[in-house]
Amino acid sequence: MAEPATATQAAAPAVPQLKDELDIVIPTIRNLDFLEMWRPFFQPYHLIIVQDGDPSKTIKVPDGFDYELYNRNDINRILGPKASCISFKDSACRCFGYMVSKKKYIFTIDDDCFHDAALWNVYCDFIYFHLTKVAKDPSGKAINALEQHIKNLLSPSTPFFFNTLYDPFRDGADFVRGYPFSLREGVPTAVSHGLWLNIPDYDAPTQLVKPLERNTRFVDAVLTIPKGTLFPMCGMNLAFDRELIGPAMYFGLMGDGQPIGRYDDMWAGWCTKVICDHLGLGVKTGLPYIYHSKASNPFVNLRKEYKGIFWQEEIIPFFQQTVLPKDCTTVQKCYIELAKQVKEKLSKVDPYFDKLAEAMVTWIEAWDELNPTGSSVINGKAK
Amino acid sequence: MRTPPCLLSLTLDSAVHNLSNITDLSPLPDHILIELFLRTLRTGKLTERVLKLFIATGKDEVFSLIQALNIQVTVTPVLPTSKLMSLSIKDDEIDIVIGALRPDLTSFMNEWRTIFSRFHLIIVKDPDLKEELKIPEGFNLDVYKKPDIDRVVGTSTSTIFSGYSCRYFGYLVSRKKYIISVDDDCYPAKDNKGILVDAVAQHITNLTTPATPFFFNTLYDPFTEGADFVRGYPFSLRSGVQCALSCGLWLNLADYDAPTQALKPEERNSRYVDAVLTVPARTLMPISGINIAFNREVIGPALLPSLRLGGEGKFRWETMEDIWSGMCVKVVCDHLGLGVKTGMPYVWRNDRGDAISSLRKEWEGVKLMEEVVPFFQSVRLSREATTTEDCVAEVANVVKEQLGSKDPMFARAAKAMVDWVKLWKSVGSSTSSPGA
Repeated sequence: MAEPATATQAAAPAVPQLKDELDIVIPTIRNLDFLEMWRPFFQPYHLIIVQDGDPSKTIKVPDGFDYELYNRNDINRILGPKASCISFKDSACRCFGYMVSKKKYIFTIDDDCFHDAALWNVYCDFIYFHLTKVAKDPSGKAINALEQHIKNLLSPSTPFFFNTLYDPFRDGADFVRGYPFSLREGVPTAVSHGLWLNIPDYDAPTQLVKPLERNTRFVDAVLTIPKGTLFPMCGMNLAFDRELIGPAMYFGLMGDGQPIGRYDDMWAGWCTKVICDHLGLGVKTGLPYIYHSKASNPFVNLRKEYKGIFWQEEIIPFFQQTVLPKDCTTVQKCYIELAKQVKEKLSKVDPYFDKLAEAMVTWIEAWDELNPTGSSVINGKAK
Repeated sequence: MRTPPCLLSLTLDSAVHNLSNITDLSPLPDHILIELFLRTLRTGKLTERVLKLFIATGKDEVFSLIQALNIQVTVTPVLPTSKLMSLSIKDDEIDIVIGALRPDLTSFMNEWRTIFSRFHLIIVKDPDLKEELKIPEGFNLDVYKKPDIDRVVGTSTSTIFSGYSCRYFGYLVSRKKYIISVDDDCYPAKDNKGILVDAVAQHITNLTTPATPFFFNTLYDPFTEGADFVRGYPFSLRSGVQCALSCGLWLNLADYDAPTQALKPEERNSRYVDAVLTVPARTLMPISGINIAFNREVIGPALLPSLRLGGEGKFRWETMEDIWSGMCVKVVCDHLGLGVKTGMPYVWRNDRGDAISSLRKEWEGVKLMEEVVPFFQSVRLSREATTTEDCVAEVANVVKEQLGSKDPMFARAAKAMVDWVKLWKSVGSSTSSPGA
């Protein structure tokens, strides 16, 4: 019988997976002491820190991390006039990190998210063990968030037919009776969308109505979001294959000077899902969980979101009805086509979408400039 | 200064505190007994056992107090722990339909007793089963056997109810709003905390809370306690649609096909996923009949016995009838704007049968899905199909046209579907079932 995991056992794996193929992108305006919590898991990896807000402020990064840091001055210097597509005073600026990365995979996380999810699992395992004398996880080990994201990305997705036992590629699961064999190979996974315990990712109105609600339900599942189905993608705990879908992960125009905030990840999610559906790529959601510790101010959130709450009623049908032509065979082509359709169909909702459509094009231009096909530099800092 | 409590008072307090250790109150003087009784009442410590203790003293004053205060001993039946069950759903709106493929239902019924006993059960005996059914006492049930089935639908039609399809007869003759059906080799499961899962309560919860098929909620069922719609979920979609079907899951022996189980003979499903979610619109899935519940009023006719494999047998590995029926149901629900949920409740499915022998017998079912899935994915129903019966008839038509020529099994299935709609209209419906 397996022993319950202890905190010390929930340590980083001996050989960190994808060490040289994954970058961790973190947007921040404050010191990164939270990285101490993640040290055993993040230290082997390269970090890209995107400093939002006042560039004259110095961000303190704990010792021992391998990182590059970009502030607004760096962004302006590197992109020139194209820097206009990168948001200011909003965590949406993180997508600059995606653009300058040279790695295949990206993991992004907010600076108020903790690894207590592992301790939460350990706690649950411990209690469960003592109540039932059966360890939940046969190995007794808690899986860390990054490891789970990598597992998700490295195993196929199954968007064409729903598997009732969720991810069939997980240990102890498989395809159920009735699942056609021709669909069992699956498709490459482009996005792994993780969830959060404690403070749930609610919008402002819901936060105001239920300020004390905490997500305590650990749902032990990963599943593919079916083709043709849209979802609200949260950027708090997200990983993706940059080579497969990177250019679609533009987080839009938010924050300073913009009429809307807290829709950056939503926008990227809808674009990404439409493009993934078109290109036959998969999007997974579910595990891993991280522990979200800081509840943002619902009144501030409401001021940022309220336009979005109205606009999403138009935006969702737009994305649901979008059809990308067959000749859009790359992510960039799909994205440019999307930008065109945004301009055509959404500018009547608000002139903001005109600007957004243009920024989407600028983003692709900047992306292609910084990522000409055929180049790949490990840990290189963009000049 | 306050007068400290007297010794008697302290003694009585101590007695109330230690009531659980007291087995005989008769030595107490009358006035002290009465005082103790009143104090027990005041502190809320009067239980059935304690009441019996007082009654056992035989003292008139105690009896007159009991009468004056109208204290009654209530016999509480064993009830499920779910609050929701007592709220809005009456027990008489639910039928539990069990298809008996094996004669001895004793342990099955006894294991489910605490959960099933308050409901009406319909047990349908597989017409091919020769032995007599053994059913324990203490249930409110109706049993249907071959002669009954013959009487209701005629001897030629009764063949459609052979094997696992016998349960459809139960769906046909039921007059309740909700039907819950589990295979006769499934027992109640325990959740992650070791608590017995009330599958009936969970199915009913699923069916009586809205489904959300038009946009995926990343926190799964937003109507469950402790969850809600996440940021980015359009408000206009938050009222959801009516849920017509609730598909449960299985611990231990999962519903794998024969090749999969044969490849992994030791694999058992031990992962309890604490979630219910709506299957998105236009997304199809294999709907297993092992643990299922539905709103009969809304979707009844769409659960139907129609596709029968050539070598269909008495193990789930040797059938596809539920998978086919489930495809129809999902297409109909999508068309009528109804929801389908999947996830909890779990049942514990016992080991039964041998995957390898089933595999040797029946490979056909597995190959079939290659045709069936793309077919159903392409089915589009007409705007005129506004009732469930109309939808089923239309699906039957498309099956006949597009699949009938590929394999006579499909042609037979299409005919069976048409016949079923007729049968439902004559036997099954007290009122027609309009789409939501």
